[in-house]
Amino acid sequence: MRVDLTVNGRRQYADDVWEGESLLYVLRERMGLPGSKNACEQGECGSCTVRLDGVPVCACLVAAGQAEGREVVTVEGLAQQARDRAGRDAGADDEAAALSPVQRAFVDAGAVQCGFCTPGLLVATDEMLERNPSPSDADIREALSGNLCRCTGYEKILDAVRLAAARRDEGATP
Amino acid sequence: MTAPRTRAPLGVPTSLTQGSGTRGGIGESTLRPDGVLKVEGEFAYASDLWHEDMLWGHTLRSTEAHAEIRSIDTAEALATPGVYAVLTYDDLPSPVKNYGLEFQDTPVLAHGKVRHHGEPVALVAADHPETARRAAAKIRVDYAALPLVTDEATATAGDAPLLHADRTDHHSGHVPHPNVVHRQPVVRGDAAKAAARADVTVTGDYVFGMQDQAFLGPESGLAVPAEDGGVELYVATQWLHSDLWQIAPVLGLPEDKVRMTLSGVGGAFGGREDLSMQIHACLLALRTGKPVKIVYNRFESFFGHVHRHPARLHYEHGATRDGKLTHLKCRIVLDGGAYASSTPAVVGNAASLAAGPYVVEDVDIEAVGLYTNNPPCGAMRGFGAVQACFAYEAQMDKVAAALGMDPVEFRRINAMEQGSRLPTGQVVDSPAPVAELLRRVRARPLPPERQWLTAGEAPDVRALPGGLSNTTHGEGVVRGIGYAVGIKNVGFSEGFDDYSTARVRLEALNGVPVAVVHTAMAEVGQGGVTVHAQIARTELGVAQVTIHPADTRVGSAGGTSASRQTYVTGGAVKHTCENVRAKVLEIGRRKFGTYHPAWATAELLLEDGKVVTDGGEVLADLADVLGDEAVDLELEWRHRPTEAFDLRTGQGNGHVQYSFAAHRAVVEVDTELGLVKVVELAVAQDVGKALNPLSVVGQIQGGTTQGLGVAVMEEIIVDPATAKVRNPSFTDYLIPTILDTPAIPVDVLELADQHAPYGLRGVGEAPTLSATPAVLAAIRDATGLALNRTPVRPEHLTGTGTGSGQGTGTGTGTGSGQGTGTGT
Repeated sequence: MRVDLTVNGRRQYADDVWEGESLLYVLRERMGLPGSKNACEQGECGSCTVRLDGVPVCACLVAAGQAEGREVVTVEGLAQQARDRAGRDAGADDEAAALSPVQRAFVDAGAVQCGFCTPGLLVATDEMLERNPSPSDADIREALSGNLCRCTGYEKILDAVRLAAARRDEGATP
Repeated sequence: MTAPRTRAPLGVPTSLTQGSGTRGGIGESTLRPDGVLKVEGEFAYASDLWHEDMLWGHTLRSTEAHAEIRSIDTAEALATPGVYAVLTYDDLPSPVKNYGLEFQDTPVLAHGKVRHHGEPVALVAADHPETARRAAAKIRVDYAALPLVTDEATATAGDAPLLHADRTDHHSGHVPHPNVVHRQPVVRGDAAKAAARADVTVTGDYVFGMQDQAFLGPESGLAVPAEDGGVELYVATQWLHSDLWQIAPVLGLPEDKVRMTLSGVGGAFGGREDLSMQIHACLLALRTGKPVKIVYNRFESFFGHVHRHPARLHYEHGATRDGKLTHLKCRIVLDGGAYASSTPAVVGNAASLAAGPYVVEDVDIEAVGLYTNNPPCGAMRGFGAVQACFAYEAQMDKVAAALGMDPVEFRRINAMEQGSRLPTGQVVDSPAPVAELLRRVRARPLPPERQWLTAGEAPDVRALPGGLSNTTHGEGVVRGIGYAVGIKNVGFSEGFDDYSTARVRLEALNGVPVAVVHTAMAEVGQGGVTVHAQIARTELGVAQVTIHPADTRVGSAGGTSASRQTYVTGGAVKHTCENVRAKVLEIGRRKFGTYHPAWATAELLLEDGKVVTDGGEVLADLADVLGDEAVDLELEWRHRPTEAFDLRTGQGNGHVQYSFAAHRAVVEVDTELGLVKVVELAVAQDVGKALNPLSVVGQIQGGTTQGLGVAVMEEIIVDPATAKVRNPSFTDYLIPTILDTPAIPVDVLELADQHAPYGLRGVGEAPTLSATPAVLAAIRDATGLALNRTPVRPEHLTGTGTGSGQGTGTGTGTGSGQGTGTGT
């Protein structure tokens, strides 16, 4: 079957999709977007978190056909989404705009080790800060409890989310 | 690689150098060079690889734990449209059909029998992963069950089935039974005589469950057949050359025809030391003439790598009334499963570190590793020292209680220090601040009581045991506090030739000096690439350092294991840079020596792209010295040699360096439901020298959390009746979520080890040791229960379970659960 959807603002389609394929498989193997990760393919780890019409979902649990005609945002689209929110264009060498504020904060805070959980955490964090710009630690823990990380012990991830929220409060571009 | 960014160092430096004359050098928290790619989703992990015309490989695994294979029928699978190849043992191309880290006892594909649940039996290559999976399901394997060996009693019985008949490995001559992989006693003094001096004697039997590394990036790789009959292999591993040395003989190829490149690695923690899909992908690629990618799913990953050895430990300690340990007798039984993997080295570690970081003159220690039909076990962070630490720290609390002493004070009295002698006879010849680490975690303020109320009037259930399950608002909740400290060796031990190789090239490009560092070190997330660039900046005084991708075109770097890469490959990078610097200064003397007498007389350094005297006077620009020349060296570097342990007495200078960490755990337990909330897990660790403080703290917090996991939730459940794994998924094998993980305040000491590069000490493993017993001690403190096994499950706290915890269903964790946030 053919699946048509909008990914990171661009209309895309994939042909010869087998009905059993997940949205994650189609993104990774048919659309050249391997940023969303395949750590458990069972909806437990959150590494494949993407937004489907704005709602964070595990792409491994969404059948590709369910995404027909809908809008998907993956980790690869976060920087553009941040630029769209800020209402500005990225210059080719505009380093500040090359990453979204949440992405920048994860790098700066040391929240990335192996990085396999990072794409899912970034999408989940970005969505949480949209809803709750000044989260308490308990709010952060609750919102990110569906995203497993095996390297960091989560402390630097908390630091990164606090940093992203603080920078947003300051209105500072990273 | 992006330009370095600097941040204020974290932690409290207590001695030694800070940074260097060049920005972005050692001691600074420079940011990871791969960090931007990783947050963009552009970093290519092994499972992200893609090749035109590639096929997907799939592994058929045994459904039995011990069985004869009467026949394998592949006809229907091979006839499936889209299938390109189906391979079994009979298709192996070389007379060498086994591999292994220490013994060559592991079949590439099962031959005649299977020895554990999930052993690879056949391979399929097809044009879609689902086609490969469905074709594999059509392979008919006729198994005839064989009697099972599942524990020490069944393994060493007189009529026990032998896992490996006709052993010829280097331990086969001295073991008491062919189902014992290795036995290592450590005997010093006279424990029996010393026991007579004890005012109190305390014994205990402890059980440590089977832990999984649970790295998030599944085993994956891509094999591409080459025109010369060889193969290019892109893979996630911990040691490229160790893989190469095992792969090439089985493929029947010379080593130079198996060219390996490290792809992105999604964590490792020991689980990628052994081969997984490497040989299988190469076999399929060479057979089909097409690139073949294999990606395990999580279910298969639980069968695709070795686990941490489950252990049974019997300990006896004695002490005098004034709190001095008199003796230690202990016996540690580690279940190695069906194949040896690194079991011999794990046995050596458990035996040599069985006494912990304490002075005990009279010891009688024995550690054994078994062959059974359980899943193979091998390396995981902490490597034999973890299991021992769980037991000896429980013992320290029990002895202190028997003496009526404070447990931290009792540990302080017996703590080892620099100059102390280990049970192996080895003298600890660098700082061993055991008592100081304990003092620091104890001195830290405690988190407030009833902290679930601090936010406001209504209890925040997220801060309570049971979490959002809303099972308590504080009723039945009691607090406990526990302490533990551990000792871990750093680097490969027991006489192993532990070396690494670094190639460093320095040249001026467009008038700017640039260094390229090329090693085969596996970056698995730990940040070795960050640190290597820092070392090159410090030694060569250049701002621009490029880290070349790791591959087998340069000499071996050894494994990313044993907390050794910053020490050994970092040491190799430093050593090679020093030699490059000497050559550069030679060129400088040749070109400019006549212009300034300091070229001949002063100590010269490279700083900020210039040649300077140790007094700071600038002699020349590095770019002018280099001109059109490039200095390019590839050198090996090794740490001080170690010795084998004597097979009867365990005596010998077996280790090169030790690493120490201490934890204080604060827990709250809902005693009615048996739910545990770890409130805080404070840690203090001596790191010798923090080359990158941000990364060091990240290692300590990550290691601590893996120790927390095996304290309260993580265990692979193997059914004792069938030897089959019952919980191979993240639904049933739980690892800590961000809700399960407490605040982890870190106190970093830097006491230099004068034998190590920059005084550094391997960091990664020590925090995994003491986190587990600290949490257990805190739960005992809260509940008054003995709790001899880990992980602790609710039924152990409520007394409603079967007690042994074996085969009683999957762990239920701390109650906060997974998947409550995004996603489902």
